Amino acid sequence: MAMNGKGYLDASSLPVKEFDGIIVGGGGSGLMAGLQLAQSGMNTAVVSKVFPTRSHTVSAQGGITCAIASADPNDDWRWHMYDTVKGSDFIGDQDSIEYMCQEGPATVFELENMGLPFSRTEEGKIYQRAFGGQSKDYGKGGQAERTCAAADRTGHALLHTLYQANIKAGTNFLSEWFAVDLVLNDSNQVTGVIAFEIESGEAYFLKAKATVLATGGAGRIYKSTTNALINTGDGTGMALRAGLAVQDMEMWQFHPTGIHGAGTLVTEGCRGEGGYLINKDGERFMERYAPNAKDLASRDVVARSMMLEIIEGRGCGPDKDHCYLKLDHLGADLLHKRLPGITELSKTFAHIDPADHPIPVVPTCHYAMGGIPTNVHGQVITQQSDGSDKIVDGLYAAGEAACVSVHGGNRLGGNSLLDLVVFGRSAGLHIEDSFKQGIGISDPTSENINEALKNINRVNSSKEGENSSVIKKDLQEVMQLSFGVFRSAKNMEDGIQEINDIRERSEGLHLADKSSKFNTARVEALELLNLLEVAEATAICANERKESRGAHSRDDYPERDDENWLKHSIYFQETKEVSKRDVNFRPKIVQAFQPFARTY
Amino acid sequence: MNSIAAEQLKTLKISIYRYDPDIGKKPYMQSMDIDIPKDKDIMVLDALQLAKEIDPTISFRRSCREGVCGSDGMNINGKNGLGCITPLSEAIRGNKLELRPLPGLPVVKDLIVDMTQFVDQYKKIQPYLITDKETNGKEIPQTVEDRDKLDGLYECIMCGCCSTACPSFWWNPDKFLGPAALLQAYRFISDSRDVATEERLDQLEDAFSVFRCHGIMNCVSVCPKGLNPNKAINEIKKMLFKRAV
Repeated sequence: MAMNGKGYLDASSLPVKEFDGIIVGGGGSGLMAGLQLAQSGMNTAVVSKVFPTRSHTVSAQGGITCAIASADPNDDWRWHMYDTVKGSDFIGDQDSIEYMCQEGPATVFELENMGLPFSRTEEGKIYQRAFGGQSKDYGKGGQAERTCAAADRTGHALLHTLYQANIKAGTNFLSEWFAVDLVLNDSNQVTGVIAFEIESGEAYFLKAKATVLATGGAGRIYKSTTNALINTGDGTGMALRAGLAVQDMEMWQFHPTGIHGAGTLVTEGCRGEGGYLINKDGERFMERYAPNAKDLASRDVVARSMMLEIIEGRGCGPDKDHCYLKLDHLGADLLHKRLPGITELSKTFAHIDPADHPIPVVPTCHYAMGGIPTNVHGQVITQQSDGSDKIVDGLYAAGEAACVSVHGGNRLGGNSLLDLVVFGRSAGLHIEDSFKQGIGISDPTSENINEALKNINRVNSSKEGENSSVIKKDLQEVMQLSFGVFRSAKNMEDGIQEINDIRERSEGLHLADKSSKFNTARVEALELLNLLEVAEATAICANERKESRGAHSRDDYPERDDENWLKHSIYFQETKEVSKRDVNFRPKIVQAFQPFARTY
Repeated sequence: MNSIAAEQLKTLKISIYRYDPDIGKKPYMQSMDIDIPKDKDIMVLDALQLAKEIDPTISFRRSCREGVCGSDGMNINGKNGLGCITPLSEAIRGNKLELRPLPGLPVVKDLIVDMTQFVDQYKKIQPYLITDKETNGKEIPQTVEDRDKLDGLYECIMCGCCSTACPSFWWNPDKFLGPAALLQAYRFISDSRDVATEERLDQLEDAFSVFRCHGIMNCVSVCPKGLNPNKAINEIKKMLFKRAV
């Protein structure tokens, strides 16, 4: 049903395309789930708003962390698990972390077997480099080298390899289709999504017995971010509008090394290869903040240290508003071999050659640790009024959109790509199994479908008001000012008020261009509504978590509070209230790691 | 850039190719003045976003804005390139910036072209590893030297700048595979882990797939990643010649 003019979409005339399973998102986790389902012979479609290799996984640089025991034959997935639990500041779910670290090696080798062009060691094995927060022997054996790398283009290599594997498997792609909202039936089971083909503007109900949200991050809620322009939290927005829970939304990672002014990422692998941060005096200041791990402390620690240097007047540049990442001592040969991509990016965006000059860097919004809560099978969980978990039938989530939660309060570098492939796969496996056993999802009514059309109908029929780009800028400004690396109650309360106002303004959002063909203004208006949901959830959860843990740091509650907050936060859009959910301390194989003071 | 004072701005004349199939009008060039920072060298994509703020109906693709996703290939003052990593200082001539869709492919709308033909050619070369090597649940070993052979090949971002700058591709987009697909063909031929070299060469052995390349070298001059598809094509040609004699 073509969208043009002010016409309303209605269930009675909306065409239906039916699948066994649909995957929304064509990045790493979506393509991994898609591959699994295509190989199982199910009738599936990967629905992606961009051609799959344009997804943000392509921008991942440093690598995929996994105990494949290449750099160190004695490496152990349990050490990786220990690091990840500690890195999460103990609110990562230990059953999930155990699953990821243990399943990881087989998955990484499988990616290699698919053709991923990993860099190599002299023995012809996959090359691994040091990354932040990595240790041997449960923190006692010094720095580990555990991040498997294809130069500094690992995400590109991984995403293209997965796309290629999907071509081989004959996966069905709905490329440049935009998913708008989930369709829930009367039993609150998910029955598919409303989506439209961007090129034609034709809207459909994509009906499926299993729907996977693999829509990635939402870094565009901030003004300055390493994230692609497409990272607008579409799946998270859909889940929130459908009345489902989101988890740990206050936990946003600020990557220590975004290029100052541009926001583009330079990998932690720079420091893994021997680079380090300096202040205006040329001091390697991380030695003061993290005497052991130094520049390879975990990202939350490094980002805070950098901000302190800047706040205390030791920042670099005329405005003393950034730090320098020094790489010139590594030599042009190593930079060319191991870090060619960041050399390119530094020349383009910082106008310097890192072989001669340090790169100006500043902590920049990078990754959402929070998202749609799931179990290890990718099944989406929501919380009932008595606080107990409930599985949402028909709905899965994986990758950055999900919160399974392997990253807790702070993600370790290289764990994102591992999360994508392991849990994209596990969602696919679970769907395949469920299919064999028979899935009972009942059809939605016309009212159910019309409910899911509300949002897009509102945008399509808007008559006057503000353009989405104006509202988006204001939203990004508020988030940047009030919900950055350091947070204070006053700032957050003001921020929440401003977001409230922005929500009211968004009700009057005006889509002036009602044309049907490749209408990117329509896409951007719908994306703004998703950004707004994510931003508001972030703001309210951040204000509610009255402690400092992982990436969440506030001046009025500077300490971690395990007594009250060794918990996930859970948020619903309808009530705008935050509740708590237990962290999983029940891994299946190893003994749970108990919280301790986190130093590096 | 939303809070820059007026005295720090200057005017740029931007001219954008416009076409909407629903409006029956012929394609036309839309000119407008946009304010850009005086002292900062912004990218073509940034300028285009500023134009879209004035006229939200302008359509173009964009994603990573850092030159790795390949979305925003376009024709910039006559030369194909990525909007997001082409600074205005390199692109502008006589304070004028003219943006057109990639040439040679059907235009869907404004700067958006239909990439189907381009992707179809990519799919034809079997762009995946074909191997029967023993893995034992581990990686297929590869020496550093063998891995080095993939450098300059695997980094392709499929932006389409090369193939749509190639006159041979313009003439025979269905039969000549084009530089992007051939670069990938050679990426798999060069991979020590791949065992299907002969099969891959068989598929390329006709008058069009590879041999329509006449070494015009537009692909090399426009590739935003600094890759050299022409060299890869020549290597394939050499392998085909070698087999023939």
